[in-house]
Amino acid sequence: MYVVIIGAGEVGSAIATSLADSHHVTVIDIDGTHVENLMYDTDILGIEGDGTDLEVLEEANIDEADILIACTDDDETNIVTCSTAMTVTEAFIISRIRSAKYMRTWQRSDRAFGIDHMAATNLLTAETIARVVGLPAAQDVEIFADGLVQMAQFRISESSPIANVTVQDADRYESLTFAAVLREDTVVIPRGGTVLEPGDEVIVIGSPENIQTFAHELEPDTDGKPNILVVGGSDIGYHTARLLQERGLKPKLVEQDHDRAREIAESLSETTVLESDVTNRAFLEQEHIDDVDIVIAALDSDEKNLLVSLLTKRLGSERAVAVVESGEYVDLFEEVGIDVAVNPREATAEEITRFTREHKAENVAIIESDRAEVLEIEVDEESVLVNRPIRESVDDLPDGVVIGAITRDGELVIPRGDTVVKHGDHVIVFVEIESQKEASRKI
Amino acid sequence: MSVRVNWRQSIAFTGTVIKYLAVAMLVPLAIGLLYGGDIVVFLLSIGITVIIGAGLERLHDDPQLGAREALLFVALAWGGVAVIGAIPYIVAGYGTESALRYPINALFESMSGFTTTGATVTAEISFEQHSHALLMWRQLTQWLGGMGIIVLMVAILPEAAVNGAQLIESEAPGPELQKLTPKIAETARLLWLFYLGFTVLYVGILIGLHYAGMAPNMDVYNAVAHGFTTLPTGGFSPQADSIAAFSPVVQWVVIPFMLIAGMNFALFYLLMQDNYAEFLRDRELQAYLGANAGLVVVLWGFLFTGSAPALELGGVTQGALENSLRQATFQVASLLNSTGYATSDFAQWGTTSQGLLLFAMFIGGSAGSTGGGVKIVRWLVVIKGIRRQLFTTAHPDAIKPVRLGGHVVDEDVISAIYGFTLLYLLTFGVATVLLLLDAGRVGLEMTILEAISASLATIGNIGPGFGFLGPFGSYLEFPATSKLLMILLMWIGRLEIIPVFVIFTGAFWNE
Repeated sequence: MYVVIIGAGEVGSAIATSLADSHHVTVIDIDGTHVENLMYDTDILGIEGDGTDLEVLEEANIDEADILIACTDDDETNIVTCSTAMTVTEAFIISRIRSAKYMRTWQRSDRAFGIDHMAATNLLTAETIARVVGLPAAQDVEIFADGLVQMAQFRISESSPIANVTVQDADRYESLTFAAVLREDTVVIPRGGTVLEPGDEVIVIGSPENIQTFAHELEPDTDGKPNILVVGGSDIGYHTARLLQERGLKPKLVEQDHDRAREIAESLSETTVLESDVTNRAFLEQEHIDDVDIVIAALDSDEKNLLVSLLTKRLGSERAVAVVESGEYVDLFEEVGIDVAVNPREATAEEITRFTREHKAENVAIIESDRAEVLEIEVDEESVLVNRPIRESVDDLPDGVVIGAITRDGELVIPRGDTVVKHGDHVIVFVEIESQKEASRKI
Repeated sequence: MSVRVNWRQSIAFTGTVIKYLAVAMLVPLAIGLLYGGDIVVFLLSIGITVIIGAGLERLHDDPQLGAREALLFVALAWGGVAVIGAIPYIVAGYGTESALRYPINALFESMSGFTTTGATVTAEISFEQHSHALLMWRQLTQWLGGMGIIVLMVAILPEAAVNGAQLIESEAPGPELQKLTPKIAETARLLWLFYLGFTVLYVGILIGLHYAGMAPNMDVYNAVAHGFTTLPTGGFSPQADSIAAFSPVVQWVVIPFMLIAGMNFALFYLLMQDNYAEFLRDRELQAYLGANAGLVVVLWGFLFTGSAPALELGGVTQGALENSLRQATFQVASLLNSTGYATSDFAQWGTTSQGLLLFAMFIGGSAGSTGGGVKIVRWLVVIKGIRRQLFTTAHPDAIKPVRLGGHVVDEDVISAIYGFTLLYLLTFGVATVLLLLDAGRVGLEMTILEAISASLATIGNIGPGFGFLGPFGSYLEFPATSKLLMILLMWIGRLEIIPVFVIFTGAFWNE
């Protein structure tokens, strides 16, 4: 495929790098050094120029492009770029959007601004946070097959009831598959006898109900509605609070700027908005921070989010979720005690990658900054899986592939050794990154 | 400092309003021709009205009202109309025993009419004392004042439409003007159309009942006369016994129309567009109907268990299921939204029932209705504002907008509502004391409850009070000074205080 990417920032570079191996990629950026650096690192064609300029786009041969991705940091630039490109190309046009207002406009009309798919960064991040918050102890949650299947990632603590237990004993659920164990830098594909160690992270795939029950088993004393504090009235903070209140929760949100606080308070009727500096200890004590179950740090800088998360945890809050803009800090944050670090760019990259897998993968979840992926794939006649029991077809699949769940005609099928996969089934598979290309070709 | 308000323009425009009042006087003239009596009175009144109106108009040949001139005009127009409306009472009373022959009484009756108060200073309401024509004029003043003479002006006079939004804003009840259509004249026309439509429907039903034999006393004259005073939440009746003079069926028919009169007329625009869901979702409408229903249920209980003695008007309510429900529903529907009709002499009811009615009188109709009082929507905002205050005392950093039916109420509007409500209660309290002092001065025996109800019934444009001011009583006994005070109260009550008070501030007149 021929892919044109406009914007060589963090998101653009990440997408370009992951696509360059198997596709032809051209990257356009107004900043020449960005383009140059990227050209040294990866096998792409770089063009320095303004993506909203039709001449620049034509220089990149966009009339031949299969996919065009606008992912600069500026919404308006992305929208104008897409609208401009639309006039000369038949390509599938994807745009990254921060603000939810453009998303709403786009959802209301067919192909507004000439955009075929919008990846709304802030909204996706808020959705990720809201999913994680909904599941006690979870670090990541993704939805597959229109909500029939969930994937969740849990960290096993010292006190966890499944620490030092074999997978066979821990997996007592009918429709739950232990897909992988992340142990330090390695990915372990669990067998029945694999012992789960404290510090491991397990990836489970299964029905939402079973995952919910499993999560409650890991954290037995988290019943009832959690007491949630969102710190920061950024777009992400706002959308997180909105999604939480839509679920019937009553979150609190702290914002320092009076006008912004007022704006959010007017828009969210079930959220208690507080105007204060959150690093003020007196304020935190007055609002009973020790009663708060989950603190979500969504301020505009990673450093502040780290500080707030650590401070509130020290003062007695249960769980801290922090937004981390720089992907390389995700591990660091989780190491120093933040329970979940959510990277907005990862959420965006997941969205955009979905559309570059030759429309075969229906859905993608990226695990731990690209160490593995969970894919939803529709099985066709060519697949090695079709019309065979899984026990047999497994031998033809590369190592590091686990079939987590199968859906057939809108119903969940639990994969067992004798399950026969049929044409049209959706399989949700865990794949290590090394096996990813081979696996998606064969399935 | 020089005077910055071009008052000549305001007065000239008031002249135009007065001139058109002469047209309204053709109605009682026609009644006079039909029933006989007071033909000369109305011919003379029309003549005087036209001369005064045309004379005032000459003060300025092309009035273009600015913001302050508009405020002054609205206040003057309501004052002027009340003065002119008193002329037929004085002329008709000349040389008779009628209490209305005195200008102060005539002005009281006229102001009470236009402001839809319904308090009366007549000694006796009967066709022996007053002609059919004069009593119909009394009814008509309420109908003209109900939806508002300024709204009517904007609806029919193109020159008033220029500054129409501001004019209506000063006159319309409620904190904010709701524009239904982009053109204000069209909005005004729609409001009057709803008003006229309900009036016609109501009169039609009453006449129908009469000819069906279910309402022997409700002849065409009475049907029209009550049509003129129900929708404007007026309360005047050409019958001394008010609605108690009619059959229970009539009383039941009056109740829903009184309830409609207390609703926001802008809401009927939603019904016109088949938007029933939004109509029913309106928080003020829900609160208005809820308050009515709640009070009715409690009062019904009181009356059923014997809170009222057996009365000549109203009958026995103790143990009488239908009568106690009817009396409770009617009195609450009438007093809560400031109509002032009665089917029972509630001034003789027990203290608990009277207390309940006094409470109802504090509530008032909806914003954008023809009702008086503080208005439901303001109480809702005040209550929610207090709740917010209590919440922020516990959480000093919390930002909590006040919401009404999902919409955020602007902070400026909230403080304006606090200001209005406080001013209303303050004026009511001060006036109560002044009435007591004045009564003491002339040796008039008056209880505190009577003084409170007199003050509340006039500033809230309700009409009847308690004690000797009951629904079948009269304000005649008050000294002239008290009557003057109450005329002022009715005037400022109708215009919701601030547009009148502002005229008496220095800042209004100077730059």
